[in-house]
Amino acid sequence: MRVEAILLLFLGVFFGVVGLVYWFWSYEDAGTAMLVGTCLLGFLPGSYYFFWHRRMGYRVEDRNDASIEEGAGEINSFPGSSIWPFVLGMGAFLTVNSLVFGIWLILPGITLIVTALVGVTAESRRGGHV
Amino acid sequence: MTDVTDVTDVIAPPTPGLDEALPEVILPPGAGGHLPDDAHAHGHEDHGPTGILKWLTSTDHKVIGLSYMITSIVLFYFAGIMALFLRIQLTTPHSSFLTFGQYNELFTMHGSLMLYLFAGPFAFGGLANYIVPLQIGAPDMAFPRLNALSYWLYLTGSITMLMGFFVAGGAASFGWVAYAPLSSATSSPGLGGDVWIMGIALTGFSAIFTGVNLVGTIFYLRAPGMTMFRMPIFTWNMLVTAILILIAFPVLTSAMVMLFADRHFGTHIFTVTGCHTVTGATQFLVHGQLTQIGCGSPLLWQNLFWFFGHPEVYILALPFFGIVTEILPVFSRKPVFGYKGMVFATMAIAALSTGVWAHHMFTTGAVLLPFFSFLSLLIAVPTGIKFFNWIGTMWHGQLAFTTPMLFCLGFLLAFLMGGVTGIMLASPPIDFATHDTYFVVAHFHQVLEGTAVFAGFAGVYYWYPKMFGRMLDEKLGKWHFWLLFVGFWLTFMPQYVVGLKGMPRRVASYPSNLGWQVYNELSTIGAFIIALSFAIMLWNFWKSWRKPVPSGNNPWDAHTLEWFTTSPPPHHNYTHLPPIRSERPTWDYNHPDALAVPHGIAAEAAAKVRMKEPVA
Repeated sequence: MRVEAILLLFLGVFFGVVGLVYWFWSYEDAGTAMLVGTCLLGFLPGSYYFFWHRRMGYRVEDRNDASIEEGAGEINSFPGSSIWPFVLGMGAFLTVNSLVFGIWLILPGITLIVTALVGVTAESRRGGHV
Repeated sequence: MTDVTDVTDVIAPPTPGLDEALPEVILPPGAGGHLPDDAHAHGHEDHGPTGILKWLTSTDHKVIGLSYMITSIVLFYFAGIMALFLRIQLTTPHSSFLTFGQYNELFTMHGSLMLYLFAGPFAFGGLANYIVPLQIGAPDMAFPRLNALSYWLYLTGSITMLMGFFVAGGAASFGWVAYAPLSSATSSPGLGGDVWIMGIALTGFSAIFTGVNLVGTIFYLRAPGMTMFRMPIFTWNMLVTAILILIAFPVLTSAMVMLFADRHFGTHIFTVTGCHTVTGATQFLVHGQLTQIGCGSPLLWQNLFWFFGHPEVYILALPFFGIVTEILPVFSRKPVFGYKGMVFATMAIAALSTGVWAHHMFTTGAVLLPFFSFLSLLIAVPTGIKFFNWIGTMWHGQLAFTTPMLFCLGFLLAFLMGGVTGIMLASPPIDFATHDTYFVVAHFHQVLEGTAVFAGFAGVYYWYPKMFGRMLDEKLGKWHFWLLFVGFWLTFMPQYVVGLKGMPRRVASYPSNLGWQVYNELSTIGAFIIALSFAIMLWNFWKSWRKPVPSGNNPWDAHTLEWFTTSPPPHHNYTHLPPIRSERPTWDYNHPDALAVPHGIAAEAAAKVRMKEPVA
């Protein structure tokens, strides 16, 4: 994960420098705040990946000479299909629109969101899908 | 039951008899390839529901990617029809085809649909969703259910925005940039503005989730041997785009929430109404600028919006640069020229694009002109590197002028013109003279139509055989291209001229004595030619649906991993993978004899080895 870490850390350094230059040249606070935020966005995951690179070393997908067989084994668990993202999306739709069309819409909206969250958690624990 | 992908079956065939492998993989179109249903046979065990329930519940990145692409292309047609209405209105001075209010609604929704709901989601939700996991040899996206949620938020966000046409007061009419204080409750009352804000908030979350998903997929699910510097350029560009999404979209979404709070909850973040005069200790000066405490700032909206808005321009451009970089080498029969240069240019463009937001605000008089002008001009350098490499890729290649290739060439010309005028506009004196005129309109339409339309539909023509296992008609494709090409230049070149003659944007009517009419007439004719070209594309889809021409797995003799699997790919994409030893594994596999001629990074490494070797 070395390249990934360096990519994000570079992002942090770049926006740190740009943010500093921008602040001392313009003293404009909104832009500086956003540049500092972007700088942190680079450093936070970047240092995480760097830490894991130090611990894990090079994975098969980081090595030029890795063969396909070396990646044998379980990759991950992928849910085959699930109705809950759809239910969650509809819940978000109603909830957000309740602010525009009438606050009563929030009732079905929140109900759908809670149902979907429970459903998706249970589905992950049970390992089943619709 | 949860499907578990076991890589014990994702292994390379034991040094296959290449003679057997070759004729199967490089079938010319129509020469005995198999129909999608046959191709699917071995990948179609029980993978959840079918029919309409499949589209509602699938977490397969291919189904979600197709849903994204179909939805965004439908919205593209909606927005295109709106553009035709706008052009009809502008053909004659003092036209009464539309009322001024309708005109404002239509140009706002045209821009919003094209930028928020078509170009971005089509690229990172549609094509990237479908292609990126295939290109890196992954079975799916990293978070399949989050991926499905992204789509549903995108769809409901789009519907929310379009509901504006059906509410009292009509759709939003403050432009796609929603400048404060025009977008305040006083200046733009009505539900249209509110549903517009909510639509963008929903699609904003959808984009952020897709960004997280793409980064996770590319960092964690690459096949063994697929190092970062062997990823196809399209995947690289999508990674950088995803990071840009994570930088830009949270700012937009939070700005929308603040705008909504200003409109309804009595806050004064972007408005100065209700602000009392502050004197004495609460009034202070910072470097000559008067700052008042307790007051909203309309300029803050522009800062927040463009901090999203300019990276957004590159969120809309980088994926399409990636598409072009995939297509040019395949139809030039050469590896991509300057692979690493392309990667670093992409990163440089992305990094710089986040530091140039205020070049949209030069005329506010409240931004640091030299800083933003310098960084804006600097973007021309990595973009120039990309152009150089694209030309280098085609140089001395065996060019095949297929439909995807023609669209890429159309992109190069369109984006060049848009880019050059962009460099002009990065210079504050020129920007002061042309700001908010049709010169700017022509500039960004050439950039965005060059990328999202020329390069985007190049991608559609290129990957359609992979997605459906059938070819699109080349003849109709070429008609589509040439009509689009002619229509495109006819629409936008006169707009540059009329802009320099002073015609402002966002006006529904103009005086008849300024000589603007002839340019607007030309522009309208061009717009209708573009519309005709897209009618031909529909016909092409219809034809391929009714009379399928089987494509085989790799009709273009392409380079990257997605062409190794069947068309369309089976559930979880691969039953086996070729060894990955360069940035074009499928080509290496199909042309074992050509491995003696190293290319790309392999060529650089080989050159180093050769220099150390003693001369025999």
